[in-house]
Amino acid sequence: MSEYILEMNQISKDFTGVKALTDVNFKVEKGEIHCLIGENGAGKSTLMKVLSGVYPHGTYQGDIVFEGSVQWFNKISDSVKTGIAIIYQELALFPDLTVYENIFAGNEVKRGGIVNWNQTIVQAKQMLQKVKLNINPETLIKELGVGKQQLVEIAKALSKNVKLLILDEPTAALNENDSENLLELLRELKNQGITCIMISHKLKEVISIADKATVLRDGRTICTLDASKGEISESVIIKNMVGREIDDIYPKRTNKVFGDKILEIRKWTAYDSQLGKQVVKEVDLHVKKGEIVGIAGLMGSGRTELALSIFGNPKSYKLQGELLLDGSPRLFKHPSDAIQSGIAYVTEDRKGDGLFLIQDIKSNVSAANLQGISSKGIINDNKEVKVANAYKDSMYIKAPSVEQIVGKLSGGNQQKVSLGKWLFVGPKLLILDEPTRGIDVGAKFEIYTIMNKLINEGMSIIMISSELGEVLGMSDRVYVMAEGRIKGELSSDEADQEKIMHFATQ
Amino acid sequence: MNFYKEAKSLVKVNIRDYGMYIALFVIMLTFSIMTDGLFMSSRNISNLLDATGYIAVLAVGMTLVIVIRHIDLSVGFAAGFLGAIAAILLTDMGVPFYLTIPIILVIGIVVGLFSGVLVASIGIPSFVASLAGMLIFRGALLRVTEKSGTIIIRDENFNAIGNGFIPSIAKVNGLNVLSLIVGVCIILLYIYSEFSKRNSKIKYNFEVVSNRIFALKVVFVSAIIAYITWILAGYNGFSWTVIIMLLVVVIYHFLTTKTVLGRHIYAVGSNPEAAHLSGINVKKITYIVFGSMGMLSALSGILFTARLQSATTTAGTLFELDAIAAAYVGGVSAAGGVGKVTGSIIGAIVMASLSSGMNLLGVGISYQYMIRGAVLAAAVIFDVMTRKQRS
Repeated sequence: MSEYILEMNQISKDFTGVKALTDVNFKVEKGEIHCLIGENGAGKSTLMKVLSGVYPHGTYQGDIVFEGSVQWFNKISDSVKTGIAIIYQELALFPDLTVYENIFAGNEVKRGGIVNWNQTIVQAKQMLQKVKLNINPETLIKELGVGKQQLVEIAKALSKNVKLLILDEPTAALNENDSENLLELLRELKNQGITCIMISHKLKEVISIADKATVLRDGRTICTLDASKGEISESVIIKNMVGREIDDIYPKRTNKVFGDKILEIRKWTAYDSQLGKQVVKEVDLHVKKGEIVGIAGLMGSGRTELALSIFGNPKSYKLQGELLLDGSPRLFKHPSDAIQSGIAYVTEDRKGDGLFLIQDIKSNVSAANLQGISSKGIINDNKEVKVANAYKDSMYIKAPSVEQIVGKLSGGNQQKVSLGKWLFVGPKLLILDEPTRGIDVGAKFEIYTIMNKLINEGMSIIMISSELGEVLGMSDRVYVMAEGRIKGELSSDEADQEKIMHFATQ
Repeated sequence: MNFYKEAKSLVKVNIRDYGMYIALFVIMLTFSIMTDGLFMSSRNISNLLDATGYIAVLAVGMTLVIVIRHIDLSVGFAAGFLGAIAAILLTDMGVPFYLTIPIILVIGIVVGLFSGVLVASIGIPSFVASLAGMLIFRGALLRVTEKSGTIIIRDENFNAIGNGFIPSIAKVNGLNVLSLIVGVCIILLYIYSEFSKRNSKIKYNFEVVSNRIFALKVVFVSAIIAYITWILAGYNGFSWTVIIMLLVVVIYHFLTTKTVLGRHIYAVGSNPEAAHLSGINVKKITYIVFGSMGMLSALSGILFTARLQSATTTAGTLFELDAIAAAYVGGVSAAGGVGKVTGSIIGAIVMASLSSGMNLLGVGISYQYMIRGAVLAAAVIFDVMTRKQRS
C-alpha cells in the first residue's frame, strides 16, 4: 500500500556537536512535485546530502525508505543506481566537453571499456528531445546559456533512468523566461511519472508548481502543506519559515545617535565580465555615522558582490555610478585604496579568502596593517605580539597563545581573528559579510557585543546577513536585496521577518 | 628549573628546523668516520662550500618563488647565458670586472621581471613560462658561444670570485689571521643580536627561555661558527664565494623574516585571495620575487663562470633542478607559504655534502644520483609527517 516513493524517518545529523538536523520526517508521494522550503541554514541541503549519500549511511540517525525498502547509501553512486538524481545549484558540467559527452559522463555507452560514440550521440538526441532542448548534441557546454545548461543536467539525470529528481534552487540563476520553461518541463516530467523534489526560495514558483510543500526550520520539520487542500499560500509559508521569536541573544544598544552620511552610493552598477551579467544593478544606498545598516536577502542576491564592488573592487567588475565617502566622490582601484580610506571588509568565507590558515594568530591580525607594527619597512616582532595579545584579550579569542596556527582554531575564534585583523586597520566603516555564519550562539553574542562597542566608539557598520533574526536584532535600518537590486528599505521599527521575506522572494 | 623538560619541549616544537641541522650533522659525521676524517679536512670543506655557492644562491631565490606558489625552470640556463655575457663583456669588449658585475646583475633583474610579467600580468602558468625561458636561454647561450666555443677569461679579479680567498695578512700556526678575525666578528655579531633580541623581549615583558638554555644555545652556535672558521682558516681561509653566499643569506634572511616585504611574500603564498583583500598588491610581489630570482641567477652565473674561469656551451645545465631539490630538502612546501631561506641553504649544503662524501668514497655516479634522489624523497616525507603531526 506504500504510496510513498520516499520516506525519510527521524533523520538526525550533527557536525561535531552542532545539530544540523533533528528528527526530520520527510515523505514524498510517487508522481508529485514536492517543494522543500526553509531559510538559509534550515537544513535543506544537509537533508538532501543525507538522501543522496554524500553523507554515508552511519553518519546520521534515522531511516531512508525508497520504494518500500530501507536504503543504505554509502556513496553517491549508490543513490544514483537506485534512481535518485540531484541537480545542484552550481551545475556539475564540464564546460569544455560537448553536450553528449556531458550527458553520458560517468555513464558511458560502452562495450568492454570502449566507448561507442555514435550510439552515444543517438541516445543523447533522444534525451534532449525529452527535455525539449533543440540543439546539436555536439555543441560545447560553455556555448550554452545557463538555462540550457540546466536542461542538459536534467537530460543527464534522465539518461540514468531517474525515478526521483531533486533540484536545488534550479531557477536561482535563470531569468523569467527560462524559469517558466523549466517549470513547464517539470510538469511534463511529472506526467511521465517522474517524482520531483525542488528546493526553492521563490515562493511564487512554489505556489504555482508544488503539489506539496515541506517547511524546515532550524533542522526540524515544521509542517507539510498540501496544495489540493488549498494550504499553500505565501503568508502560510512565510509564517512557518520564520516562526521563531527574536529572543535576547541580541544585546541592546542604548543612546542611538546618527551623524552625517559616511558612505553613499548612487546608481551603482557592477558588471561581472566573467559571468557576463550585471551582479549589482542601480543600487542607491547610504550609511550614517554610528549606524548599523543591515543588508538582507537570499544567497546569490548580489550582496557580497555589492560589498566587494565598494571595497576596492578586487574582482575587477565594470563599475558605473557614484561612490561618496564623507561627501566627496571617490574611486578605489584596489582594496588597499579602500583600506587607506578607512573601509574594512570582513569576508563571508573566512577560510577561503579571509584568513591565512597556515599562519599564526599574530601574523593574521597584522596582515592588513603591517605599517602599524613596523617602521621604515622593518617589522617590530615584539610590538606585533603585543598588538595581537591585546586583540586576543579584548575579543575573548580562545587560544593558548598568539603563536597558535589559525587553521586549528574553532570557527568562532577564527571569525574573531578575522574581525581583529580588520579592527587593527582602524576603519571608520566596517563591512561585515555573514559575521556569524557557522559559529555557535555564545560566540555570536560576543561578536554582537563587539559590534555595539565599535558603534559606540564612532564606527559605522554594514552587516550583510542571511539570518533574519540577526538582521532584525542588530540593524538600525535594513536594505533588502534580490537579483542585484535593492528591493526595499525598512527602518528598524517597520522591519519584520514577513516584510523582509516578501521583498527577498520577489 | 626543569632544564631537561624545557629543552625537550623546544626540540619538539622546532623539530622540522632542528631536523635539518641534525641530518646535516649525521651526514657529515658519517662521512668523516668513513673517510678517516678526510671529509672534514680544511681542504675538502673549503671545496665543498665553494662548489655549493652557485647552487645555494639559486636555492635562496627559488625558495621565494616556491613560497608564492610558482616555479622557475629557466634559472639554470639563464645563469649559463648571463655568465657567457659576462665573459664576452670582460674579454671581447674589455669592460672592467667592477662594471661587468653590476651590468650582469641588472640584466638578470630585467630578465626576471619579464618572467614576472608573463606570470602575473598575462597569467601564463609559471611552469610553462619558465620552460619557454629555459629553451630560449639555452639557445641564446649556444648562440653567443657558437663561434668561439668556450670563452676563456683572463681577468684575475673576476676569476677570484669563484676561486680566490680573502687575503690572509699573516699566518699564525698555519691559520689565516684575517679569516680568524672575520670569524670572530661573525660570532660577536651573532651574540650581540641574540642578546638584543632577548633584552627587547624582556622589555616587553614577554616570556623568554631560561638563562641556561639561552647560554647553551649561544655557546653552541658560536662554537660551530668557530669550528668552521678554524677549519677554513687552516686551508686558504674564507673564499670570496663563501663571503658572497653568507651575504646573500643574511640579506635574504633579514628581508624574509623582518620586513613588511617579507610578510607580504608569505601572505601571498599562504592565501593569494586573502592577501589581495588585505590590500597587498599580489602582482607587485610576484614581480619582485621573479626579479630577485633573475638577479640571483645572474649572480649564480657569475660565480660559476668565475669558478671555471671560462664560459662554456653547457654552463647552467640542471642547475634549476639542483636548486629546487635544495629548497625542498630545506623544508619549502609545494602548497606555498612555507619555507625558510636558511633551510634552503642547509638543503643545498646537504646535497653538496652527499656528492662530496660519495666522491671521496669512490661511489659510482649512478648510485650517487639514486642516493640523492632517495634523500630528497626522505626529506619531503619527513616534512609531510611532522606537519601532519602538528595539525
